[in-house]
Amino acid sequence: MLESVRRLGRLALRFLQRLGKATLFLLGLLGALAALCKRPGLIVKQLYSLGVLSLPIIAMSGLFVGMVLGLQGYANLVDFGATSTLGTVVALSLVRELGPVLAALLYAARAGSALTAEIGLMKVTEQLACMQMMAVDPFARVFAPRFVAGFIAMPLLAGIFTAIGVLGGYFVAVKQLGVDSGAFWSQMQASVGLVDDVIKGVVIKSIAFGWVANWIAVFEGYDAIPTSEGISLATTRTVVNTALVVLALDFVLTAIFFGV
Amino acid sequence: MVAIKKLELAVGVFVALGLVAFFMLAMKVSNIAELGEDKGYKVTARFESIGGLKIRAPVSLAGVRIGRVANIGLDTQTYEAVVTLSIDPQYDRLPTDSSASILTSGLLGEQYVGLEPGGMDTYLKNGSTLKLTQSALVLEKLIARMITGAADSEGSSKKP
Repeated sequence: MLESVRRLGRLALRFLQRLGKATLFLLGLLGALAALCKRPGLIVKQLYSLGVLSLPIIAMSGLFVGMVLGLQGYANLVDFGATSTLGTVVALSLVRELGPVLAALLYAARAGSALTAEIGLMKVTEQLACMQMMAVDPFARVFAPRFVAGFIAMPLLAGIFTAIGVLGGYFVAVKQLGVDSGAFWSQMQASVGLVDDVIKGVVIKSIAFGWVANWIAVFEGYDAIPTSEGISLATTRTVVNTALVVLALDFVLTAIFFGV
Repeated sequence: MVAIKKLELAVGVFVALGLVAFFMLAMKVSNIAELGEDKGYKVTARFESIGGLKIRAPVSLAGVRIGRVANIGLDTQTYEAVVTLSIDPQYDRLPTDSSASILTSGLLGEQYVGLEPGGMDTYLKNGSTLKLTQSALVLEKLIARMITGAADSEGSSKKP
């Protein structure tokens, strides 16, 4: 009995310890921003591997999600003769929830895991230690560029995901199922607000998700146990933790912005 | 050097795509699109009740959309709803005695303003007022009337 309570306490302490370590790490990242401004090329390189290379999966997923929304929405609305509201259904669900959340989950799986593995391997092969030996700050050279690039890439990816999703919904609804194109767009425009839905939905949510997803990914790599098993564990943790945190954070943000 | 240039090009395309996506979300998906380009002429119409009519609802004639509801206000003197319709300039030959009614597309659809052309040979222009209007059908009132009507007819039939 006492042993199990003690185990619980140990878990809680370990969690707090990691949280504290992650916060200190984040402070280190922010401290390295000034040094990073002198070398924007580092960010561009990371933008390529985190953003450009994530484009295909984001675009394809967005297209399919939008098409599924169009199909499902049509199948359910057609009974009520309300298929003209399909544009609203597709756009609101994408802009408010699915766009930022799914883009963040895909980003964690595609780019976050790669970040963790890369940094973890740098640690295993003692590249980070070598940098410190040569008086090169790994925060400014390795961690901060990746964090900043990911932070920039995430909202862009979420925007692309959402826009392609809407186009996918348009394709299925208007081109395949014969919903009126004018009704599709005008109903959508009538109910989607720029500040209320686009800014509060896609923009703010994806900025928040980009922050936590990249923080977790870079930190897990930095904190990985320097063995091959440790890297695999860290990669798994990145994806799992990011997914959990993104979904929980999404609930909080939805409650703040769209809750009654 | 060539590799770096290619990489920068790819990143540039990526960032541009992202910005285009946001531009599309702002202009095409959300309702900022037609704020600036409202070139139609304004016609007002007064209704006793507008039901659930909303700003930007379509204005149609013979089923063709010819404009939008630009503004909805309340006349505090007469307690009538004042609806400003913005009609596309290409439809400039609408008779002045046209009538406006608030209709519903489908049972649960959105409400819109339907115009019924009149016979005058003077045409509506910016600032005109539509004299003949028909208010929105409020479903609750209709049902209430049916129920009370049914009750009344029952009551009257029982009376000798």
